[in-house]
Amino acid sequence: MKPALFSYAAPRSLDEALVLLAEHADDAQILAGGQSLAPMLNLRLAAPDWLIDVNRVPGLDVIEETAEGLRVGAMTRQNALLDHVADAPDWSLLAQAIPHVAHRGIRNRGTIGGSVALADPAAEAPACAIALDAVIRLASVRGEREVPASDFFLGLYETAREPDEMIVAVFYPRPAPGWLFGFDEVARRRGDYALAGLCAGMRVEEAFVRDARLVFFAVGDRPTRARVAEDALIGRNVADIAARAAACAAARAGIEVMPGGDCGVEYKRRLVGVLLERQLARFEAMGGDRDG
Amino acid sequence: MEARAPSGEIGRARPDARTRRFLAGCGRFTGDTRPVGALHACFLRSPHANARILKIDAQAARRAPGVEAVFLSDDLARACKSWRTVSTAFPGLVSPTQRPLAQDRVAFQGEPVALVVAESRALAEDAAELIEVEYEPLPAMADYRRGLEEDAPLAHPETGSNRAWSLDVATGDVEAAFAQAACVVEDEIVFSRHTGVPLEPRTILASFDPSAQRLEARISHQMPHQMQAHLADLLDLPMSRVRVVAADVGGGFGVKMHVYPEEIAVCAATRLLGRSVLFVADRVESMLSDVHAREHVVRARMAVSDEGRITAFDIDDLHGIGAYSVYPRSSTMETVMAIRAMGAPYRFEAYRARANVVFQNKAMTGQYRSVGHPIAATVTERLVDRAARALGVDPLAFRRANYVRPQDMPLVNPAGLRLLDLSHEACLDRMMALLDYEALRGEIEEGRASGRIIGLGFAAFVEMTASGTEVYGQAGVPVAAVDTVTLALEPDGSLKAAASVAEIGQGIGQGIAQILAEGVGVPVESVEVALGDTASAPHGGGAWSSRGAAIGGEAAWGAARKLRGAILEVAAALTQEAADALDIVAGGVVDASGRERMTLRALAETVHFRGHELPEGVQAQLAVAHSYRRERDAAIPTNGIQASLVEIDGDTGIIRCRKHWVVEDCGRVVNPLLVDGQIRGGVVQGLGAALFEECRYDGAGEFLSASLADYLLPMAFETPDIEIAHVETPYSGSVIGAKGAGECGTCAAAAAFLNAVNDAIAPQGASISATPVTPERVLRALGRINGEGAP
Amino acid sequence: MTVDFAQEARVRIETRVNGRTIRAEVPARLSLVEWLRDELGLTGSHVGCEHGVCGACTIVVDGSCLRGCLMFAAQADGCDVETIEGAVASGRLAALQEAFYRHAALQCGFCTSGMLLTAAELLARERNPGRQRIREELSGNYCRCTGYQSIVDAVEVAARAQQEENGS
Repeated sequence: MKPALFSYAAPRSLDEALVLLAEHADDAQILAGGQSLAPMLNLRLAAPDWLIDVNRVPGLDVIEETAEGLRVGAMTRQNALLDHVADAPDWSLLAQAIPHVAHRGIRNRGTIGGSVALADPAAEAPACAIALDAVIRLASVRGEREVPASDFFLGLYETAREPDEMIVAVFYPRPAPGWLFGFDEVARRRGDYALAGLCAGMRVEEAFVRDARLVFFAVGDRPTRARVAEDALIGRNVADIAARAAACAAARAGIEVMPGGDCGVEYKRRLVGVLLERQLARFEAMGGDRDG
Repeated sequence: MEARAPSGEIGRARPDARTRRFLAGCGRFTGDTRPVGALHACFLRSPHANARILKIDAQAARRAPGVEAVFLSDDLARACKSWRTVSTAFPGLVSPTQRPLAQDRVAFQGEPVALVVAESRALAEDAAELIEVEYEPLPAMADYRRGLEEDAPLAHPETGSNRAWSLDVATGDVEAAFAQAACVVEDEIVFSRHTGVPLEPRTILASFDPSAQRLEARISHQMPHQMQAHLADLLDLPMSRVRVVAADVGGGFGVKMHVYPEEIAVCAATRLLGRSVLFVADRVESMLSDVHAREHVVRARMAVSDEGRITAFDIDDLHGIGAYSVYPRSSTMETVMAIRAMGAPYRFEAYRARANVVFQNKAMTGQYRSVGHPIAATVTERLVDRAARALGVDPLAFRRANYVRPQDMPLVNPAGLRLLDLSHEACLDRMMALLDYEALRGEIEEGRASGRIIGLGFAAFVEMTASGTEVYGQAGVPVAAVDTVTLALEPDGSLKAAASVAEIGQGIGQGIAQILAEGVGVPVESVEVALGDTASAPHGGGAWSSRGAAIGGEAAWGAARKLRGAILEVAAALTQEAADALDIVAGGVVDASGRERMTLRALAETVHFRGHELPEGVQAQLAVAHSYRRERDAAIPTNGIQASLVEIDGDTGIIRCRKHWVVEDCGRVVNPLLVDGQIRGGVVQGLGAALFEECRYDGAGEFLSASLADYLLPMAFETPDIEIAHVETPYSGSVIGAKGAGECGTCAAAAAFLNAVNDAIAPQGASISATPVTPERVLRALGRINGEGAP
Repeated sequence: MTVDFAQEARVRIETRVNGRTIRAEVPARLSLVEWLRDELGLTGSHVGCEHGVCGACTIVVDGSCLRGCLMFAAQADGCDVETIEGAVASGRLAALQEAFYRHAALQCGFCTSGMLLTAAELLARERNPGRQRIREELSGNYCRCTGYQSIVDAVEVAARAQQEENGS
């Protein structure tokens, strides 16, 4: 279980990295934390000609927090972000979600940008990005651009990133007052990829739902918003049991489940309803708290 | 039989001194050392479950960078023989010939087809990718439940049937027992294939000295002497020129007790090349080619009389063993133990069992911790719980009423097990106290009243341990069940021992040291025990069948007493006292008054350095050997009971084992700390099988769970605390009275867990009879998926 | 025979390993743990799965535990690497080592290096982790032998010892 031969480059600047990437775009892989790529290389499931290791590029692991939001450099390790957001109410979704990413040893090395770029449908970071309305910042020799997370994930391991681009940062806008967030997932074992998971955001004013982002992951081929379920909640009281039941039913019915793996479509569909129902109950409690 | 001295080291909870080196990062595993210039092996493996090999082109691979050689089947035939598993214990067993590399057909995905030897493993893998093999795929025999049907694909086209072997057992009038039964319970239980997954993969470093025609194999293996014998046979060398060294072994569990094609191929290659060759199985090839175990479907019925007594069992077992019956012990040993151990804790009069053993185009199966017993325990205990429920009696009361009692033994039960020295009722009493049974039941009822899905399950068990010489001896299989310990007094008064039992992490070296220390009368720190090297350790059994303390321990005791006698003879000559008036205590020779007359060091120095001071005619014999063969009881039965408390999330189906308890009787406990470690580890292996572990194949025989992301092992977070208590009924046929302790945890853990799950869901009218108990299976059983029902 | 490594990309690195600076040229595809084991003889780190699941190859890089099989040796350029050998020599594992020993928190010993280093990182971050927290933090390290309970016991005891030491 050893990787096939590859050429290796460890650029020392972003420009150098982008030039290399432009040069080898079609037969290169960017090596970020490597916690998914290295196993694939070891198993020879991936065998790129070039490995462009961006761990040496300075400045890519910076976390900047401003009034506008949180700019997380792509090479920020999962645990570094977790340490930053641990006690920050605005980033409670990240604080809740990241501990579910594999295990400490993996999170110490795995990066936010790498996880977003890989777009594993069962990963937490892409779903968090959508639920927080994040913007993915991409760079290439052609320049930089931003893609909203909601437009970034296109399918199974498929994103809006062009082959010559790399993610340089993920920007999470600071949630407006009233936003509540919750995270939950069902996994066979601690740290496993989820059988189904939910990143949920809800803006509640005086116990009424004003806005919602319900992002399910590990269900379809990419993290997916349950828009019909969101609509069923918006304008309703957080304690409205009928609206909640309708939202759960809509989420369950509407979600596209990717078949395969060792668990069935019906089971996943059920988990979707369970996760949402539980989360809505928690939101009710949280919304009540805020009112109090 | 000599009485054992009271108190002392035997029975003392001591950490295993050997473990210090691992804590310092100084373990000595097979892959940790290699001679300069050692080459690395990589196998090209079959991607097909069943296919003819039409053509192999290895030219490009042979020219690849760093490649020393590429071997195909015919190449290795120059250096080693083929083999076939036969056993007079399994008359009619049909297992095809095996070679180190597949000859013209592959019979499972992962079967080695070519061996590349190169300067590094990476280069060997590069070259292996260049080998072109033309296959003609054949229909795969994957679903063994169809294996005996007329039109089933044949695992081996040259045989007319997939039947490897079959077994029929009939004792007493089963028909009458069922006809007269007040209650008949039945079940069909499906067991998933799983495997041992020792953390250190199979590893071998083989070297051949052409000038002396000597082979040295450093191998991660449970029985170095068995490997020595087979390597000598298959490579046609005298055993004296084959040295096998098992250094630190990173777990075995039955995986590392067989002859695998890869290891033989590596030895043949090193012989042909005259250079050392290292093979370290990577995890995927370990999953593909280590023995798997326990793929059974068992249909079972049990008859209960109107007095609530079990009267008969009727068993139909179908066992899928993979592509070959593993060499040399045969995969069918698991079938036999599953059939023989059915109903073992209980009295019953009639027994009928049929077992059909079926070849499949899957990895070989073989002995895995608690061979066959978990099948028997799960089937038996499911039936017992079903009967108790049907009769409306407490499951523990039902067990108690049916247990084999002390006054019933010795007993050969209808399934053919010889039972003695068992303590079921005492273990049950202890368990009820440990659990605070009534209080716990009350808590469970309270929890249920508030909507929680909680269950408590039990499994009584009998585990046959420490197999004696007749088990393989009568089968004509060259497996040693006699063990030997050599022991010598060093000039500084310390003891140097070597034993034929093997260390694979279970702590037997520490156990042997404690027995030797007590037997001679020295502090345990002054005893050093060498294990695992055929050049120094006498021939014997190694590590299997929980035999270390029960057989190796007796050999150690005998050696210790011999040496003690020899020391006291010398001491008597030096002190002018009668030998029987002297004793050895804490490393010194004491007289009847308890006064120390000389230290062992002084005595040993005299013997080794100043022999002329000894009186005339005294020839000190300070190096002794003792072998032990048990003369009665083909195996030593042990018993106990396990309990498991589970809670199910009715929304998600996720199951948590909240707590697990074990009360067991392994006779005299030589070291409680280490025995408890064996039990806990064994329990978690059993729980892993019940909850997570599954070697999944698709219908074409493709292995779907070859990575540890797909094959789920029990990890720390999901594992419960396990409370343990002991009842000690010494084995009546030996001096120390120890029985096997290494496997009883695994024996009944899954059974107790499955009963707990069923206890939890029974109020909903649901039941589950398949492992692993996945969340999805739970929800299906509860009727909560199938498109119906809101969460 | 001639060995042709021409195709093998090699990378020059300078790495501190257990406090010593090592300059080496390593094949680009060589994992960090293999380099430490095979080239530097630091065989206390073990290779159990090579796909990041088992934790046997746990190594401390720049102060954090990570999987030695999922990082290339080439990436250790400029890093401070500590293996079980270095951590033991520094004495920082002494309380854990002793607790593991007393509680028989190891049998075959193959997982032990990874367990010790992972537990040490937990104890460096948290003064008083409970049993479930310990289980959670060790959940990425596979042990087939012990059933984990003795390991949890040992870490719990070492945490207490650490607290007492800090308190006094």
